[in-house]
Amino acid sequence: MSDDTVLLDPTSERAPDQRERIAPLEDLSGKTVALLDISKARGDVFLNRIEALLRERGVAVERFAKPTFARVAPVDVRQEIAVRCHAVIEALAD
Amino acid sequence: MSNSSSSVLSDGLLLAVKRDCPTCTMIEPAVGQLIDAGVALTVISQDDPAFPECVPEVVDDRHLERSYRLRIETVPTLVRIAGGREVERIEGWNRQAWQSLTGLSGLGSELPEHRPGCGALNAMPGMAERLAVRFGDASFASRELSIPEHDDPIEACYERGWSDGLPLVPPTRQRVLRMLQGTKRAAGDVVAVVPPDLVECTVEKVAINAVMAGCRPEYLPVVLAAVEAACTDAFCMHGLLATTWFSGPMVVVNGPIRKAIGMNWAGNCLGQGNRANATIGRALQLVIRNVGGGKPQGIDRATLGNPGKYTFCFAEDEDDSPWEPLSVERGIPPGKSAVTLFAADGVQGVFDQLSRDPESLVKTFARCLRSVAHPKIAMTSDAFLIVSPEHARVFQNAGWDKAHVKEAIGRHLMLPGAEMVRGADGIAEGVPEQFRERTIPKFRPGGLNIVHAGGKAGLFSAIIGGWLATGTTGSSPVTKEISE
Repeated sequence: MSDDTVLLDPTSERAPDQRERIAPLEDLSGKTVALLDISKARGDVFLNRIEALLRERGVAVERFAKPTFARVAPVDVRQEIAVRCHAVIEALAD
Repeated sequence: MSNSSSSVLSDGLLLAVKRDCPTCTMIEPAVGQLIDAGVALTVISQDDPAFPECVPEVVDDRHLERSYRLRIETVPTLVRIAGGREVERIEGWNRQAWQSLTGLSGLGSELPEHRPGCGALNAMPGMAERLAVRFGDASFASRELSIPEHDDPIEACYERGWSDGLPLVPPTRQRVLRMLQGTKRAAGDVVAVVPPDLVECTVEKVAINAVMAGCRPEYLPVVLAAVEAACTDAFCMHGLLATTWFSGPMVVVNGPIRKAIGMNWAGNCLGQGNRANATIGRALQLVIRNVGGGKPQGIDRATLGNPGKYTFCFAEDEDDSPWEPLSVERGIPPGKSAVTLFAADGVQGVFDQLSRDPESLVKTFARCLRSVAHPKIAMTSDAFLIVSPEHARVFQNAGWDKAHVKEAIGRHLMLPGAEMVRGADGIAEGVPEQFRERTIPKFRPGGLNIVHAGGKAGLFSAIIGGWLATGTTGSSPVTKEISE
């Protein structure tokens, strides 16, 4: 372990050393959910079904896709999701 | 060649060298003589295990553990070990001393009598802390956080929420260890209880935040004093965070440490460009953020804030001042260093290029100071007036001391209640109606402070207004002596 990869905690250490997850939404009414296809096989099948289930419940849905599963989502895709949606569901694997 | 992991000292002679040292290469024939004579000799090489070529088995000390443990400062260093302990040491080449230590009377007879050595690699600047961490001699009370090797440590600091918005210097153990050299105080000493979370803050925690802010170790005593001052009851840091008003802590530094650490009290001293000014103020804010938990839109409820909340620290121009330093005025002995903290808003410029007599200039100051917070509000905010050298000269030429200037400004800030009450001049804001028949001082007693600073050219001074809550109901300026 090199010295450069160990940092000393500058805080009061009252919080866990790993970043806490953002609290999940309490309910989906009036919210818009992003469905992110990472371009893996059959991700669209999964997301189509999720979209149908959400729409049945009156939840707005927007579809997004990464150009390739091999790289992190481009900044503009991430920003569009953050601006237009309240939650995101990602179809992770084939 | 053998590795350097063993730290057991064998009896005989030990020689520390590096190929990059001309004295070490010069003494190669003498080393060869020692080998030929069958002397029990261990040679450790700091930079090249193939050097010296005449030695059949050089200890590879490129990792520098042997050198570090032996506290080698110069190469070559010749050490005599007996009973597993060092009993004698020679640094550099000295023919007579080497002959005496080795018992070989003809040793190096063709070499110069004396030649100093070079600095050892383990003694290079910054290496002591690096090696102390590498070889486990540095311990910290703070949590050690591992970040993945390929992650950018600066981004890791952002992700953990430690930053004020600007990049931080990653607080590695080596940097923190070096920072702690800046004070004689023990790392575990509690400096203050930091609001809003009321957390005991140690010297080590301050040092970590000072590293992140970009401080040099010699700034640490100033940061420690600033943290102490900020966390006093009189300064009321918790309330200062929680207010929706603009203010944040401003740090004025007095005394010899200003020069020692290269602070700016001259041109643009309230602006950017000086490392000490910039990073000391920032370190204080990072301690409040990270140790105290005071974050914008959390406990920090400022409606607008001000850019000084990144950092607001400068020194007073004492040498050319017509007046005693702020710290002396506030009870610190002359010649001692101190910080004074003020719950400050931003900088408001004062323009007066025509006043050459002090009465005219104090009227300008008074007229401008009246607008602190609101021209129809009084006895709320304190203020600092930063008088520039060209304005100060007007008072110096007239023989006015600081008390005289303050008294005169105060006289011109005795405001008629009829102008100040709510509704007067068509402005709803103002003091309550009951003050209509009274004369109201703009500032509470002691609420106006004067500091001398700025560039030599410019008939401008600066007003720094403060938080609306002062004294026992809010914040008062706090001065603390800086100790090493």
